[in-house]
Amino acid sequence: MVKEIEKTGLPVVHMCTVVPISLTVGANRIVPTVAIPHPLGDPSLSEDEEKKLRRKLVEKALQSLQTEIDAQTVFD
Amino acid sequence: MTFKVVHYINQFYAGIGGEEKADHRPEVREGMVGPGMAFQRAFGKEAEIASTVICGDTYFNENLATATSEIIAMIEKYSPDVVICGPAFNAGRYGVACGAVAEAVSDRLGVPVVSGMYPENPGVDMYRKYAYIIETANSAVGMRKAVKPMAKLALRLARSEKIGSPKEEGYIPMGIRKNMFTDERGSKRAVKMLVKKLKGEEYITEYPMPVFDRVSPSAAIKDITKAKIAIVSSGGPVPKGNPDHIESSSASKYGRYSLQDIDDLNSENSETAHGGYDPVYANNDLDRVIPVDVLKEMEKAGDIGSLHEYWYSTVGNGTSVANSKKYAAEIAEDLHAHGVNAVILTST
Repeated sequence: MVKEIEKTGLPVVHMCTVVPISLTVGANRIVPTVAIPHPLGDPSLSEDEEKKLRRKLVEKALQSLQTEIDAQTVFD
Repeated sequence: MTFKVVHYINQFYAGIGGEEKADHRPEVREGMVGPGMAFQRAFGKEAEIASTVICGDTYFNENLATATSEIIAMIEKYSPDVVICGPAFNAGRYGVACGAVAEAVSDRLGVPVVSGMYPENPGVDMYRKYAYIIETANSAVGMRKAVKPMAKLALRLARSEKIGSPKEEGYIPMGIRKNMFTDERGSKRAVKMLVKKLKGEEYITEYPMPVFDRVSPSAAIKDITKAKIAIVSSGGPVPKGNPDHIESSSASKYGRYSLQDIDDLNSENSETAHGGYDPVYANNDLDRVIPVDVLKEMEKAGDIGSLHEYWYSTVGNGTSVANSKKYAAEIAEDLHAHGVNAVILTST
């Protein structure tokens, strides 16, 4: 899906937990996330902390979209 | 002599449980478990499953390096002649686990390995260079058909026999070229092939061209505070009640859902349609799958230009590559029609 959308000229950031799969599939901008069933959250945290964590990940994703790259890049 | 086999399976096939048990840590049990029985039958007296190593798919994929090391240590104790992983069919995380274990067994222990997967399993592309992966059906319905060639190849490897071509043995090509002698020289074979091609007859190439399915990165966003961002997800996020009935696996469709009246996703207004992982965390707070709450706040604060009024969703679980491509192409068209500048795509 990532490739099919990116092909049309839109930058796509793939936020996922199993980075090797994303690399194999061919995503170009990759932001590693928390866990498979809850990539953008962590139920063990308080609601506030969880949202902070999510915001940090989203900020990283937005940063990746503003970064010029010429090859697959994992934004750790 | 009886060959010693170690079998690697996930928590589901071990009968420990489904997704709620997918974080099960590696354990080893003496003898055969689950699908091991079918393998044991196929081996007859020639080989014996000495032990079965079991690990939850989520635990494995979230702890790739440590899980692999733990499992290798367990396998090593039994000094097997051959190791069997799976089969994993089209289960993505299970395929990755089987492939990673296979690679490590072959690399670190120098023991031959056989696995089995459906060709679209991501484990195939990641690990086919390192292991014999028998091509299987896409679900456990194909278990019987998978066991036979897997067991046969495993015995041949244990006996240190010469292994034939992928076509002869039923494994997925590993990308290895082998020199061999033929009766006819190359020029003659090439002309024969060409004649067949010209006549429109079937011919088999001796060197299939690799497929490079890569897309170059799109240009970065210059000013994020003016950009329209859209959310797409393969994690199955849908409005409460799953109005389009997107299937929990092998999705036959995708959905487009409005964010107009939503600032925050919760258990009242949304859920996940995705099977294959424990849905509790997503159903309690779907922002954990698509970060709507944060992006809405950022939109209000002017950190981003705007959040596109719809989110797009399908279920990645077992959905064919061809279908995923089709959905994404349609989604991309709609994104362009709405002037979207960049996409956040989340996967579970």
